Formats: sequence, structure tokens, C-alpha cells
Amino acid sequence: MKSVITWASYVLVHTPDMVIANGSTQTTERIVNPGSEYLQQLPKHIRSYESALSYPPNRCYIGDITPAELGAMEQPYYENGIENAERFSKFGEIMPQDEFYLLIQACDSFDLVFLEENFVKTTKEKLSKHPLMREDILNRIKDGTSKEEIERFINEEHAEGLYIKGEAVGFVKRAHDVDTNLSAHIMLENLVSKASSVLSLLHTMDKSGVDPSEIEYVIECSEEACGDMNQRGGGNFAKAEAEIAGLLNATGSDLRGFCAAPAHAMVTAASLVKAGTFKHVIVTAGGSTAKLGMNGKDHVKKGLPVLEDMVAGFSILVSRDDGVNPYIDLEHIGRHTVGTGSSPQAVTSSLVLHPLQSANLRIPDIDKYAAEMQNPEITKPAGAGDVPLANFKMIGALAVKEGQLERKELNSFIEKHGMQGWAPTQGHIPSGVPYVGFAREALLSGEIKNAMIVGKGSLFLGRLTNLFDGISFMMLPNKGLEEEKQFDDKKLRLMLADALRKFAQSLGGEGE
Amino acid sequence: MDLENQKRVMEFAEKYGPENLVIILGSAEGEAAGIAAETVTAGDPTFAGPLTGVQLGLRVYHVCEEEIKNEIDPDIYDEQISMMEMVLDIDDIVSEMTAIRDEFCKY
Amino acid sequence: MSLLEDKKVIIVGDRDGIPGPAIEACMVGTGAEVVFSSTECFV
Repeated sequence: MKSVITWASYVLVHTPDMVIANGSTQTTERIVNPGSEYLQQLPKHIRSYESALSYPPNRCYIGDITPAELGAMEQPYYENGIENAERFSKFGEIMPQDEFYLLIQACDSFDLVFLEENFVKTTKEKLSKHPLMREDILNRIKDGTSKEEIERFINEEHAEGLYIKGEAVGFVKRAHDVDTNLSAHIMLENLVSKASSVLSLLHTMDKSGVDPSEIEYVIECSEEACGDMNQRGGGNFAKAEAEIAGLLNATGSDLRGFCAAPAHAMVTAASLVKAGTFKHVIVTAGGSTAKLGMNGKDHVKKGLPVLEDMVAGFSILVSRDDGVNPYIDLEHIGRHTVGTGSSPQAVTSSLVLHPLQSANLRIPDIDKYAAEMQNPEITKPAGAGDVPLANFKMIGALAVKEGQLERKELNSFIEKHGMQGWAPTQGHIPSGVPYVGFAREALLSGEIKNAMIVGKGSLFLGRLTNLFDGISFMMLPNKGLEEEKQFDDKKLRLMLADALRKFAQSLGGEGE
Repeated sequence: MDLENQKRVMEFAEKYGPENLVIILGSAEGEAAGIAAETVTAGDPTFAGPLTGVQLGLRVYHVCEEEIKNEIDPDIYDEQISMMEMVLDIDDIVSEMTAIRDEFCKY
Repeated sequence: MSLLEDKKVIIVGDRDGIPGPAIEACMVGTGAEVVFSSTECFV
């Protein structure tokens, strides 16, 4: 049995005020350097919703334009927005901040989120027009509180403010007076992650054509930790999100591995389906508030808008073979092992070369590689370079070292087998999986014959190991259900059993 | 440069003496290499970390620069680094690093 | 005199360039002592 990719949804939320209030670069700066020039300049570099909506890399993330179309567009992208850009797209949507605050409240099960009464009134009307907001989700939104109460909680009760254009329209309060694991800061971070994942789950259930009651398992693969002081990373985001998304027959669990987690989760989901354990498994993740404006200092210094103002999410539905959708090749998985080491060539060998060798393939045999798909317009001004390009160069350079490619072909290899990066720098979000939706379509149309998804993670950031990590898998076209073959096998077995029985009878005589 | 790394650099400079330290970078880009090099010579240009305004003037190199590469066992270099010479813009890295060393390195 | 012999080395690797442990492996036989090695991540 094969495990196929039935659908992949991608959503973005434009969160300009959260950049200033919650991004870790900004919260750190307020501690270290409260009166800094950067903090003063930052508000002038914040984008409008319309500008974020028309931003070409964002259009690509939600499937409105392909990576190839993005690559052909004029740069800088922030000065060349797409006209008449719409909120909803093939893969998902770009939600504005005000509606998202209501969704955060709808995702709050412990009475921690409060919003100003007039704000709720006007915004609820907007959100109720959202095609995927069911009545039971909208009913979770509360009537609202006074401005005075909001000010009091932010100033006196350690609550985290929720702002629109700098004005407080609500707050998330702490869930415990002493336990820092349940502080307002962490509750906000976790609720944002939950709400953005829920939004992408709603899109996946809407577009996949699969009934929500058929989903049996959810694997959540973000980089947040949910728990209290006695079980700091206890979890379980997956089930909490499935609850709001209305997946009544699902249970689930969280899978962690820094930026590599989504690729690990895909392999796990595909294995659970292939083993026959579950028929439908969803891999899902919401976004990160901490990473908002992470490279903001460089963007401000260089006169750019702060481009890291998007909270992202995705949900991918992995199902048992339908004979149509592309499948995940579980026979040839690339793994960065403990023994691999950290040198870039060893890492690339483990993740790309070795699984291909085991499948009798060469590096140029793969039509498209998707490693880390960060939008270079965000990373280049911060001195981190063009990360997807560096990955394609590494893969090509390894092919040269292995004698599978001429050195002079390196640039054309990158052009042919790579692509322009588009994903927001939301940690786990860019790592291979943004291409899964496009790869599914390109394999269905026959535009490509295979793709390799590579997830990589910086485990050393957790200070428990110096190791790197990564896992890769191939997506292949489905050539139809294997019914014919199964029928033949069965027929063959029956014939064989029949012959053996007759043979045994002939040996044992007729007298039994 | 990461604030914790800046703290460590400062502590080791005090412990061993700045003249005995060499900083080796693995930066992906010339600009990032330049900023890291500036941080350990002239002080943190982003004004965020403990090295802000601290002019240590340390010796600092990128691992792909000839000065360092020449001291590394060629077999090990080939195994660990060489592929990245096809990926990184070495010329850009060298020119950034040289400019910073010429201006700020004290040793 | 060599640049690295008898020196204390601090390594600041880059996840998207050369990671710390790869540079650390290169210090074997150079006469330098690695006193600290880390890897930075910009994404």
C-alpha cells in the first residue's frame, strides 16, 4: 500500500503589531537597549495588510503563483507587488491581524484572551463572513471587555497586549501566578501557533474533499512547547488543534525536531498510513511570534520594510492510496545520522546522495529539489545569504565531487533543479514542506517525474547537542492502484494451494 | 554575533590574553563574516551585545582563507570544507575579512 | 611561526556556511587548542 498526499494547505496571517510587541529581536532590544534608534525607527518600516497581501513571495506561499513564476518576477519584490491580489487562494489565505485576534480567542479554552467590546463587535462581523468559520467556532468568541480593564491587565497583571496600530484592543493574561511556563508571553506564543495551525486545518478539510470525521490522527510539528512547570514540553498541540478544527475522530501527538520536524512528521505520517494503522493522517503546524521581525534591525538599517511580519501555517493530508495522488517513497529515505557529522558535504551526502544511491539514481535524476525555501529577500540583507540557492549549490557541488555533473554545468543544474525561495523565516515552516503542494500538482500534471523534499534542523540551538539534523523523502507520481497485481497474487496462491492439496491427496491415498 | 558568543569571547580574552586567541569563522557570506570580524576587533556594530564599545582587536579569520587553510591537514580540509568552496563566495569573504583585519586587528 | 600553533581558538561557525564542528575537526594537528565552538543560525 502506498501513502499519498491528498492535499496541502498553506496560510499566512499578517501580524504587524505582533512584530513590535512579541518578536524576540524586539523584546530583547527593549531589555538591552530600551531607547534605541532601532525601536524608534521600526514603526515606520511596518507594512500595511494590502502591501503584505500583494507581496509576491506571500502569493507564492499560498499557491497563487508558482515558484517559477515568482523567479521570473522583477525584484525587489516589496516594490513590485501583484495587483488585485485577493485574500483567498488555491492553497489557503492571508488573514488580517484583527480577525486573527478573534480566532486566537476562539482557540482559547482557559479564559485567557480578552478583547475590547467595540473591537469584537466590528471584527466579528468581518470574521463571520469567512467561508470556513463554522458557527461553533464563532460562538467561542466572547462579547468583550472595557478599555480600562485591558489597560489594567497589561500594566498591573503581567498580561501581554494585543494591539492594532499600536492601540491595545485586548490581552492574553497569564495562566498561573508563579509558573513561568504558563506566563502570558508563552500562552500568547502557543495560542498564536494553535490558531494559525487551526486555520490551515480548516482549509485542508475544506479543499481535500475528505470528511473531517475520517481523520484519525494529527501530527503537529511546530517549534513551540506547551506544558507547565512539571512537564514543560508536555504537549499536545495536535489534539488541541484537532478539537477546534472539528476532527472528532482524531487523536494525535506532537513531533519536534527544530526546522526538520515537518519532514520527520511527513515520513511518520506516511509510515502510519502505509502500515495500515490509520487511513488519513494530517501533518500540521502553526507559526511563531518569536521569529517576527527576527532580522528587523538589518531591514530597518537598509531602508526595507520589515518583511518578517507574517505568521505562517500549513497542513498536509496524507492518505492511503487512491491511485491518483502522488505518493511518498518510503523505501529510500535520507537521514542525517549521529555518525554523519557536521561537514556540509557529509550532511548533503546523507540527505541526498545516499538515498538516491539506494534507489539506483543519480543527483541529476531528480527533477526538483526543495530544501530550505526561505525568501532570500528577507535573509540576504541580514547577511545570511540566499539559503535555498546555497542548498542547491551544495547538492550540485556534491554531484560534481561525485562525478555525476561537470563543474561547468553547476549553474544550469541549480537553475533546472532548484527554484526561487518564497517562504517566510518562520523556522520549521520553510524546511522543504512549502513545495509539497506545488510538487503534488506538478506530479499530477506530469510536469515533473519526481521531487525530493529535504528538511534540515539546527539542533544545537537547544544546547543539548552540537549535532545537526535532517531527513529527506522523495515524492513520486501515482501509476494507479495495485489491484491488478493483488488479484494475480491471490489467484496464484489459490492455484498453488489447490495443486498442493491434490499432491498431498495423491501421496496419502484415498483411504482417510 | 550571538550575545552568548560575544560573552564567551570576552571571557576567554580576559582568561588567556587577547594576544593568544584566534577566532575562526564559518560565515556563509562576506558581509556576515565582516560583521563578526568587526565584533571581535572593533566592538559589536549592532550595539546589542557585551562587546559593544569593546575593542579587543583579536586575530580573526574565515576558515576558507589561505592563512588558515594552509595550516589544516589537506585530507581533513577536503573531507570537511572543500565542497563549500564551490558554494561560498570566497573572494568576497576574503576581501571583507582583510579590510577588517587591516583596520582593527592589533596582533 | 605558524598562526595557530599554541593558540587558543574560538570557533564561530554558521549553519548555512561551515558549521562549528566541521571547523573543529580541522583543528586536529594544527597545534591549536579549541576552547569554544559554536554555530550560529540566522534563519
